[in-house]
Amino acid sequence: MLKSNKIIDILIGGEAGQGLATVGSLLARSLASRGYEILATQTYLSRIRGGHNTYQIRAGLSSPRSPGEDFDLILALDRETIPLHGHRLESGGLVIGDQEIVDASLAGTMAVPFREMGPSRTMNVSALGVLTHVAGLPLDVVESEVRWAFSKAGGKILDDNVAALRAGYGWAEKQDKGRRGLPPPGRKKKRMLMTGNDAIALGALASGLKFCAYYPMTPATSIVLAVTRFSEAMGCVVEQAEDEISAVNMAVGASFAGAPSLVATSGGGFALMTEGVSLAGMTETPIVIAVAQRPGPATGLPTRTEQADLNLVLYAGHGEFPRAVLTPTSVEECFLATKRAFYLSEKYQTPVFVLTDQHLADSLATIPPLPAETGDAGPATADPAEVQAPYRRYALTQDGISPRLLPGFSHHLVRADSDEHNEEGVIEEDPANRILMHEKRLRKGAGMEQEVMEPHLHGGEGFQTLLVCWGSSRGAVEDCIDHLRSEGIMASSLSLPQVWPLPKSALAKWTQKAEKVIFVEGNATGQLARLVRAETGIESHGMITRYDGLALTTGYIVNALKGMI
Amino acid sequence: MSDPETRFGKYETAWCPGCGDFMVLKALKKALFEADLHPHQILLTSGIGQAAKMPQYLHCNMFNGLHGRSIPPAIGAKLANPELIVIAVSGDGCIYGEGGNHLMAAIRRNPDITVLVCNNMVYGLTKGQASPTSFQGFKTKAQPRGAPWQAFNPIAFAVSMECSFVARGYAGEVDHLAALIKEAVSHRGLALVDILQPCVTFNHVNTYRWFKERCYLLPSGYDPSSWEEAMNIAREDMEERIALGVIFKKEMPTFEERFPQLAQGPVAGRARVGPEIASVLSEFEI
Repeated sequence: MLKSNKIIDILIGGEAGQGLATVGSLLARSLASRGYEILATQTYLSRIRGGHNTYQIRAGLSSPRSPGEDFDLILALDRETIPLHGHRLESGGLVIGDQEIVDASLAGTMAVPFREMGPSRTMNVSALGVLTHVAGLPLDVVESEVRWAFSKAGGKILDDNVAALRAGYGWAEKQDKGRRGLPPPGRKKKRMLMTGNDAIALGALASGLKFCAYYPMTPATSIVLAVTRFSEAMGCVVEQAEDEISAVNMAVGASFAGAPSLVATSGGGFALMTEGVSLAGMTETPIVIAVAQRPGPATGLPTRTEQADLNLVLYAGHGEFPRAVLTPTSVEECFLATKRAFYLSEKYQTPVFVLTDQHLADSLATIPPLPAETGDAGPATADPAEVQAPYRRYALTQDGISPRLLPGFSHHLVRADSDEHNEEGVIEEDPANRILMHEKRLRKGAGMEQEVMEPHLHGGEGFQTLLVCWGSSRGAVEDCIDHLRSEGIMASSLSLPQVWPLPKSALAKWTQKAEKVIFVEGNATGQLARLVRAETGIESHGMITRYDGLALTTGYIVNALKGMI
Repeated sequence: MSDPETRFGKYETAWCPGCGDFMVLKALKKALFEADLHPHQILLTSGIGQAAKMPQYLHCNMFNGLHGRSIPPAIGAKLANPELIVIAVSGDGCIYGEGGNHLMAAIRRNPDITVLVCNNMVYGLTKGQASPTSFQGFKTKAQPRGAPWQAFNPIAFAVSMECSFVARGYAGEVDHLAALIKEAVSHRGLALVDILQPCVTFNHVNTYRWFKERCYLLPSGYDPSSWEEAMNIAREDMEERIALGVIFKKEMPTFEERFPQLAQGPVAGRARVGPEIASVLSEFEI
């Protein structure tokens, strides 16, 4: 279903510790390097060894938006892969595995004598050699990726892996199973290959990030690992804090002192940060908070995906203060939304969120080159020479934004207070002052409402059914729209890259054209649907939800829509 | 500006008359003045509590944060701008109770900041419950049978971890306290000053008189570089005698020195995206 011959879907299944991610990422890199557009996603369990994990790649001539559900090639590195995923083989597809796992007498199988190809620790790379041939990739493209990956190890490890790759390729060449590759790619364009979390890290660095604090938590950790990788080159201080409470308070302190700051976490860690979010709101300190969702409550499913922390992020922190919640819908948009988050946070001096989930965080995709823009980045500060003493950190202004100075950079004193305070930042409990200050802070929210990231309409302006979604669900929803339209169903989709402030006018404009508005969300209760109804009165005519720990897919949505439209 | 009050201001406070915090504030101003520091060079961070209001009453940069969290913003600000003189000041409930984990982690990091703990052995702002440093058996409305817990010994805790600078002062000895704070602020590395002080409203056990009967100054020949000696002093029974002075000192590299990013000066205010971004992005080209 839903698939052209210009796409190939590959699934690799195996235990943790078998080198599954190594094979997967080498194959993904090779396909990208050959000139194909790819989207690779992972499912894994919360363990270091054993269990059953998958790495799946969709490659094509144009950029895949969502992962495949039926596979042209399945590589079984363990015994569980075939019973779990064998039924998802496309007709004409091929299952590849060790001869002890795969029945050689069946059609559509390749039973590989891996033991004859080298030591067991390079079996995964032999398997990559077999896949290289079957997927129609030139050996030299993959070999250069293998050499790159093992160049650090060097010596015998490098030699053994190259030999294993060649052995796998050579063996596959002699089989009479044909090749299931893609049509040759066109002229190779300049592109980049990265995960959603990489894109968030790069968006932060490209925004002048100077401080990042965190406590490790799946699936957010790789954001800070990417920041750390470039921290010295970019002059950014990164610190692993003793807990999330410290991480957010350190970041607020660093930002107060003048370093644009980021914290990254997932739901449970973010729950610990919420008092710090309120602190940033009250002290009017910019901070960007990346929350990569995983299923809760509590520890939940630590390595799976869900979109169930929208409510948490929308309402986190006691008291009322303005915030923005950006929900990037693709790997590329993770970069753009993070840049936007820093812009908004520095301009409005308030916390701004980048809300993703494990599915998007770990998605590896080819994207157009990201712009390397240099120049001044936040914090937007006033000229100390033009500021009258005593400096009023919380000067009342029409837009609620007070001119900002940094402590220690002039003779002006910068005083920030978590207590309600007067314009100079000194504790003040007078009710009249409270009203002035509270309204001043909230006015900044009105400003942010004027510059919301607009939703993405897909499928065209003529439709009867409108699917509304946010964040990572966009890819599957848009593929679903293409499928519905190919069957003559007039459906379009609206995907929100920012849910707060809510893009009210776009929602009103498009939903009123629809006979049916259906929300598609990776949670059980329809958190966006409730928010939209509360804020705009727009009712949904149906809801497609998913909360089994897996990402929304095109097939899942198409199935759920049966009987609804 | 020829005296501490002219330089650092005089404010109306919300403290009870007779509160030890007045003396701590006086000592702090004197120490900063004698260290030849000026308001714009100093950042005072604090948590919540009566002592945590101190930055409100001192003319300098201020970040008054959350209860228990005076230290993390101090470290964040110091990492952003190591040129700031950063002092976290809060009470025993804030730093030893709610924020205990941050003190432990701060000692392990050794940032060049000063931590002043106004230790009155009781919760003042919430009106008189036992604090981490209240003696076992200390009776309050909330602990009518007496605090059931062993009192936290901050000096033994910090010395055991080889905190770079550990001192104890007493609010009743303002000049001595001012000298301690001055030395703490000048010390390179984390300087913890536990400041004993009476709470005239809620602590009727550890009074001015009680402290006066027990406090003694460490003799001039005392060697704070000896960890064993320091542990002996730290473990003295406070019901019997209470040593005042620099109890332990150890020179170590500071946390900030471990970041090559800070070698060129503060990252704060340096938020330019340089040409390095191009080579960072190019690593993702395929």
